[in-house]
Amino acid sequence: MEVVNARGLSYQALNETVRSLLDNGHRELVLKGVNGQRYIGAGVQGQGRLEIFGVPGNNLAALMDGLEIEVFGNVQDGVGNTMNDGTVIIHGHATDIAGYSMRGGRIFIRGNVGYRVGIHMKAFRNKNPLIVIGGKAGDFFGEYMAGGTLVLLGLDLQPGEAIVGNFVATGMHGGEIFIRGQVDPYRLGKEVKAIKPTAADQQRLQDIVGDFARYFDLEAEKILARPFIKLIPYNKRPYGTMYAY
Amino acid sequence: MLREGDYRIPSGCAISGFINKDGSRIDGSSIIQSIALMQERSNGLGGGFAAYGIYPEYKDYYALHLLFEDKISRNQVEELIKDNFYIEAEDRIPTRHVRAISKAPLLWRYFVTPRVSKIHESQETEENFMTQLVMRINAQVNGAYVVSSGKNMGAFKGVGYPEDIGEFFRLDEYQAYSWIAHGRFPTNTPGWWGGAHPFTLLDWSVVHNGEVSSYGANRRFLEMYDYKITLQTDTEVIAYAVDLLVRRHKLPLELAARVLAAPFWQEIDRLPARERDLYTRLRVVYGSLLLNGPFSIIVGFSGGIMALNDRLKLRPLVAASKGNTLYVASEEAAIREICPEVEEVWYPRGGEPVIGRLEEEAQCRLSA
Repeated sequence: MEVVNARGLSYQALNETVRSLLDNGHRELVLKGVNGQRYIGAGVQGQGRLEIFGVPGNNLAALMDGLEIEVFGNVQDGVGNTMNDGTVIIHGHATDIAGYSMRGGRIFIRGNVGYRVGIHMKAFRNKNPLIVIGGKAGDFFGEYMAGGTLVLLGLDLQPGEAIVGNFVATGMHGGEIFIRGQVDPYRLGKEVKAIKPTAADQQRLQDIVGDFARYFDLEAEKILARPFIKLIPYNKRPYGTMYAY
Repeated sequence: MLREGDYRIPSGCAISGFINKDGSRIDGSSIIQSIALMQERSNGLGGGFAAYGIYPEYKDYYALHLLFEDKISRNQVEELIKDNFYIEAEDRIPTRHVRAISKAPLLWRYFVTPRVSKIHESQETEENFMTQLVMRINAQVNGAYVVSSGKNMGAFKGVGYPEDIGEFFRLDEYQAYSWIAHGRFPTNTPGWWGGAHPFTLLDWSVVHNGEVSSYGANRRFLEMYDYKITLQTDTEVIAYAVDLLVRRHKLPLELAARVLAAPFWQEIDRLPARERDLYTRLRVVYGSLLLNGPFSIIVGFSGGIMALNDRLKLRPLVAASKGNTLYVASEEAAIREICPEVEEVWYPRGGEPVIGRLEEEAQCRLSA
């Protein structure tokens, strides 16, 4: 295991160091003192594991293709932007547009997330991106979602606190969203409907929540004891007739 | 020189600010460190700061920070100032040589108090008299521009990366209880010294990341209240809107925020009757001050700061606190850079203002 002290390094220098260590066969890196350096793990192909201590900058794991990254802290905007494969485990919060255009791989977030999480996620053949959020989510959750799976757990909510903001899944036309508990109907975008998860869905949720609980040392049974709702789009092409006369 | 608005470049930007609510004053080196962390959000075409509590020895005088492109404009403005004010002190704004900063304009400051006879002549309040003078300089004196005009505060701005601008203006030699900062990445308009943030009026200062798509509507509304929009940068209208709403129309800052980032009608419809009535009235009366488009801003004023996002939250904003200090910034890392062990971090919702004010005791002590 190789330890890199990121304190004071520019994002270019830090990412060059990470890349060259990975290229030279190191499979486990620990990055300490990270604060705001962007693009960590961006575009990296292949296997390997990064542990990050601190707050990594925007676009962590953007276009990433295979690494496992575990962050002991909060992350900033755009984590997993257009990510293709791999796993990101975040022990803190994530901000806006986590999983932006994500097309594969998995992101697990213990805390809350900001606005527009999962915006324009997509799935293709065997690629099915997954984001699991332990806390609550901001507005436009799953906006323009085209594929993949979002799971929102709402753990540790204060009494009266909403699990998700407004305009949920506005423009959604593919994929699925699971939310633990109920969501006021006015929060939902007009392109989605809430249904009861099927038995097959329940089975998948067990696996997904099982992984989540393992990463963060929680009890899956307790989380699964509360029923989920499932959001799916009414229509694969909600705007198909918008500009057609 | 082609100025703002004469041509268009398509902005990212960085904002950061903090307030010590107990009134303790610290020098400018930490705000520089914070804004410098987000260097990728700027491109060297603008950086600036506003600081509150920096002129305790002149706290009862308006501190006019001015920039002049030539001596002619300086002479013209000095004549105006002598006509209208008693000048307690004046000097060049101290700067130091910084390699990255080239060709600075002339930078002067005047500590002034308006002549009573002139205020009477104008039949205006003292503050309105001041704002009219600021507008007059900006609009009528070619090559002169008022950088700030409040009491016991000052703005420092120019073309360059914010850390270089901070070094240039020797901000490490000023002590303030609140600091706000901006790193500019001009997208719609070119960078020039007057076009850097913050934009100010009296003791209001605004730093802004984003763009005001409703600029035309906002501008027309403000012009009806005698604001002269001369700087051709959208942020200017935010400073004047806050001045109109809070100073002249006496709205609480919290409500002024709900004018700038008004709740959606659907949201208003779900409110209890009294609030529904209030927000409906606000939207009806001040619909033209709604700021459309993506923004995150920090507003500085005597005794406080306010951070605000557009209601769709199309720009980043993070808040944090430790002890008596409230921090706000575009990125969490910019806060942790100067306060690694924050006690609380939170992510304000779109349209939800984050306000930090001096505690009453500190307010009294600083103004005594």
